[in-house]
This record gives sequence, C-alpha cells and structure tokens, in this order.
Amino acid sequence: MDVKIERLRESLKISLKGELDQHEARGVLMRFGELESQALPARCVLDLSALGFTDSSGIAVLLGLERRVRDAGGELTVVNIPPQARRVFDAAGLSRVMRFE
Amino acid sequence: MRPINEMTLTFPARSVNEGFARLAAAAFAAQLDPTMDELGDIKTVISEAVTNCIVHAYPDTLGAVRMRCRIYPDGRFEATVADSGVGIADIEKAREPMFSTGGAERSGMGFTIMESFADSFTVRSRPGKGTTVRFTKRISPRAKK
Ligand SMILES: Nc1ncnc2c1ncn2[C@@H]1O[C@H](COP(=O)(O)OP(=O)(O)OP(=O)(O)O)[C@@H](O)[C@H]1O
Ligand SMILES: [Mg+2]
Repeated sequence: MDVKIERLRESLKISLKGELDQHEARGVLMRFGELESQALPARCVLDLSALGFTDSSGIAVLLGLERRVRDAGGELTVVNIPPQARRVFDAAGLSRVMRFE
Repeated sequence: MRPINEMTLTFPARSVNEGFARLAAAAFAAQLDPTMDELGDIKTVISEAVTNCIVHAYPDTLGAVRMRCRIYPDGRFEATVADSGVGIADIEKAREPMFSTGGAERSGMGFTIMESFADSFTVRSRPGKGTTVRFTKRISPRAKK
C-alpha cells in the first residue's frame, strides 16, 4: 500500500493507494507515526480515491488517524470513498464519529 | 443441492495470505458472473474470516487456514474458512459489535461486517479445537450477453 503525505499551504493531504488489510495496516500506521513529531495544520484531508479494498483493519486505521489529528488540534475529513470501502465504514457506523465527504 | 464446482486451499496463517485468499475466492466466484459489488462483498467477508484466523487463532504457533469455496446451480456462492486454533468460548459475545480481544489495531467489527455482507452466516467453534465460519452470497442472474 502506498501512503502519500503532502503538505499543502494550509492543509495536510494524505492519500492511500492499494488494498488495506491487516497485513498492510502496520506499514500505514507506521507512516502515520511520522506525523506525531510535526505540527499538524488544522485541516487534514484523507483521500481514498485510489483505495482498491479495505476490511475492518481500515476502520482502526481511520479511527487512529482521526484521533491523532484531533489531539493535535486539527480536523480530519475523509474524501472520495470508493463504494466497497463505504459499505465497510457504514456497517461499522463510522460516519457517526468521523467527517465523510 | 449439489455444488457445480468447488475448490479448497490450505495455507499457513501468515498475513501476506490475506490478499491471496480474497483474490483466489474472487477469481473462483467469477464463474457466476457477479457484479463488482457482489465480488466486493465476497472479498470483504473472506478477508475478515481469514484475518481472524491469522490474528486470533494461533497466538503461539503458525497454524493452517483452510478455505473451501463452492458454487451452486441456483447461483449461490458458499465459502467456509476454518482453523484448528484456540477457538472461541462465547460465540454470542464475540459476535457483538465492538467486542474484541485484540488491541488498538482491532475494532471488533469483523463479525458485524461479515454478517451484514453475507446472505447467511454461521460460526462454529470449540475451545482448543478451532473455528469454522461459513457464509453464502447469492449472485443475481444477469441477462446473457
Ligand atoms: N478464528 C478465531 N479464533 C479465535 N478467536 C476468534 C476467531 N475469530 C474471532 N475470534 C474472537 O472474536 C472476537 C471478535 O472478532 P471480530 O472479527 O468481530 O473482531 P476483531 O477481529 O477483534 O476486530 P476486527 O475484525 O474489527 O479487526 C475477536 O477479538 C476474537 O476474540
Ligand atoms: Mg476480525
């Protein structure tokens, strides 16, 4: 799985490309760990347009990222969620605790 | 009803096999000409079931995971995913949303997702013996091209 982290002028954009499962989740969480040491912009966007697949491992990844961003005083918005991922997140009621667009 | 085709795969409970298992199941199910959504549902349930064997069943050993897929003349896809691991003492409790014995990397939503993505879903387990999940997914007939 490819994790791209881009610092734009006033926001942070994270893009995931590939399939997200328990096997891939470790690497993704490690990349998110890099964010810890940096000051985060208030606005963070997670772009899932190239997410080919996710299972429940993705739920923990999203919740972990949301918490990290919130602890740094920012807000996370998840954009471009493909249908398969949307069905997984909906089954878990994730849209009630996170901002989807 | 007798299956018109079936396949069985056995592989060690290594996380790299999660992707392999769902792709293999999807390739087999392709014989029923499923839609992208139906294929996505099958891959999701397989991924959850196989991941549970890998994460939960074998805490101290590297055991085996057995996946059997079948298709039926009425357009049903059926799969069982089985391990010979630690088993589940209280299945009802394990199936509750957000129940997990895993850590922060688990959300406890696996069974809930399997239940909502499959048409029928059952869990059999015996502590010390292992766990088998079985599910079916009906593939809607499509006009012949
Ligand atoms: N194959 C198995 N062997 C032993 N225990 C299992 C097995 N499958 C599930 N369990 C038990 O059932 C619990 C619930 O499983 P479920 O898949 O719903 O959640 P999870 O795996 O903990 O988290 P998630 O699937 O969201 O990553 C697990 O935490 C584990 O205790
Ligand atoms: Mg699980």
